[in-house]
Amino acid sequence: MTLKTSMLVAVLALASSAGALAQSGTLKIVSSLPRTGSANAQTGTIVNGIKMAINEVGGKIDGYEIVYEDWDDASPQRGNWDPTVEAQNANKAVTDSTIIGYIGTFNSGAAKIAMPELNKAGLVMISPANTYSGLTKPGMGEANEPMIYRPSGSINYFRVVPTDDLQGPVAAEHVAGSGAKKVFILHDRELYGKGIADVFQKRAKELGLEVAGFEGIDTKASNYKSLCQKIKFSKADAVFFGGTTQSNGGQVAKDLRSVGFTGMLVVPDGCREEAFIQAAGASNLEGNTFVTFGGLPPEQLTGRGAKFCEGYRTMFGTEPEAYAVYGYEAARVLLDAIKRASTKDRTAILKAVAETKDFDGALGTWSFDANGDTTNRVFSISSVKGGKFVFERRAGDAPAGGAKTE
Amino acid sequence: MEWVDFFLQQLITGLSNGMIIALIASGYTMVYGIIELINFAHGDLFMLGAFLALTVLGALGLGDWSGASAWAAVVIMLMASAGFCGVLNWGVDRLAYKPLRNASKLSLLVSAIGASFILVNLGLFWGGVPMDVFAGGVAAAAPKDFPALVPNTNLLGEESLVQFTPKDVLVWAVTVPLMVGLTWIVTRTRLGKAMRATAQNPVAARLMGIDTDRVIGATFLIGGALGGFASVIYSLYNNTISFQMGYRAGMDAFTAAVLGGIGSMPGAVTGALVIGLVRSMSDAYLETRWTNTIVFGILVLILIFRPSGLLGSRAKEKV
Repeated sequence: MTLKTSMLVAVLALASSAGALAQSGTLKIVSSLPRTGSANAQTGTIVNGIKMAINEVGGKIDGYEIVYEDWDDASPQRGNWDPTVEAQNANKAVTDSTIIGYIGTFNSGAAKIAMPELNKAGLVMISPANTYSGLTKPGMGEANEPMIYRPSGSINYFRVVPTDDLQGPVAAEHVAGSGAKKVFILHDRELYGKGIADVFQKRAKELGLEVAGFEGIDTKASNYKSLCQKIKFSKADAVFFGGTTQSNGGQVAKDLRSVGFTGMLVVPDGCREEAFIQAAGASNLEGNTFVTFGGLPPEQLTGRGAKFCEGYRTMFGTEPEAYAVYGYEAARVLLDAIKRASTKDRTAILKAVAETKDFDGALGTWSFDANGDTTNRVFSISSVKGGKFVFERRAGDAPAGGAKTE
Repeated sequence: MEWVDFFLQQLITGLSNGMIIALIASGYTMVYGIIELINFAHGDLFMLGAFLALTVLGALGLGDWSGASAWAAVVIMLMASAGFCGVLNWGVDRLAYKPLRNASKLSLLVSAIGASFILVNLGLFWGGVPMDVFAGGVAAAAPKDFPALVPNTNLLGEESLVQFTPKDVLVWAVTVPLMVGLTWIVTRTRLGKAMRATAQNPVAARLMGIDTDRVIGATFLIGGALGGFASVIYSLYNNTISFQMGYRAGMDAFTAAVLGGIGSMPGAVTGALVIGLVRSMSDAYLETRWTNTIVFGILVLILIFRPSGLLGSRAKEKV
């Protein structure tokens, strides 16, 4: 069957590139995001963003009908992304030749699984949310990264969010800037959480902060009272937690406050969702908790971004969550490439995506660099007030001062 | 002396965590003692108890709970969850275990795993109920904040480095009387005698005129109720509940029961306190990532040198 399909694809590709026939047919875009579990609030908003982008072009490009499918890469057992499901999704996408774009994943760990599969098939993958640096940047992760994700030797993976090697330092600079002297670093022992905690630590030391401790938590523990008491007794005046709501960030925040720790708590974008505030309890975050985020929150977007927010409200009747605009941007950049390539051919579309330059997006004007990363490097820092994220300031503007590894 | 304060603090935290585990572990061990079933659904039953407690609280009305009304709400939740979990556990036994009473132990075990899955998914569904306490039920699987009805004030004075709060008092004040009461039931009452007889030899017990089905049913009822009590104090102590919390709680409780000697009530309590303290000390003096390794390392060591657990007696099960 695969042989037949691929022959069919080849024939069709020939036909369309010859341009002799009127173009018709269906191009399928899929997204693979955790739709079961607490990340659903964020992924739902990403899916809405994608739908909006497709809706704006009327679901049609150059006679091709654009069909979108919303796939789940989580399982109820884990309540979170599941490696088995992500692998199934990747395989399903590879074998269905009408699929020309894979939007995902949400979790960096899941990307590791899908990336090599899609790479071999030359299917373009655009992530609206992965921030782990090692996925694209040589020398930022493990020694064999990112080449193990590119078995074909060329790049098929792109992302529209700025990465953790830029975000970690932004958090460290915020801690140092607040006058704190001693910081305790926690992480969830996952790819994303440990990765961002590592870069945070590196930058914190450069800035002269004393690191009181660096520990990976047990994400399934019922509470962290003992650990938090240790932090309190260490006299640290700030805590950084590299992790997400799903890896128990809420409980960490809660227990820090319950043992009487009054210093600053800084968490990365994996915690920038309503579910984090719900899990932690708004009163525990009030005042002295800060969240870093790649890009600006929806209400701070201007130009095309502001128009996006307006359109989102009209179409869905709710406020877009922080990641909505990334779903929208990922889909738009893909649609833009399809328009330029004007074909059903995966390779040509992939090439068009890679060539994206000075894209006029909702996040500003940006391009994909040679690694597949966005050139957009704006970060924002928010605090929590009255149970809501409140924008504090912009940070880490290009050319990300000192954020690159020295 | 700061290190003394630190040590005392860990002792308090460890004991409180251990006591919560003890309540769950005693439910495990009771059921094992009587029908030799490792009731995998027990942890998830405990989880549903917490969801019920939060629902009851929602029905009573969220608001500023303080003083007497907060304590009244705590008592109502304790009663509601204990009743609910007791009846639910009894029901699970009727539906999933009783038909397999004479089948192999393995079938029973598989049935327990199945029951566990059903309860977990029930919890997932429950979290999606559109109530304020579940944040409108938008994110069904998200951890839920459990209102802090019990204050976190320091009873040793605000300037003391050691924290001993009403939360700890609640945990101890619920657990100790329950354990004493349970021991009294098992060792001093007619029902307790019947339980022990059924545990020793169900056939002989039946021949002596004991209605073993009723006795087993009562065991599930009591064990479930203990899980219900545990769920409320767990929720008030940690202030977060999630549909997945039953797995870890059940795992800790099961380990405690095995460590102490499965089937033995004082053993379960001892095992739970040991685990609570070891966890606390390991988190505080070593690193959190070693904690599980140490807990299970101790379990392995004890099982090598005392296969029946700390307080388990070899003679008890055999006839």
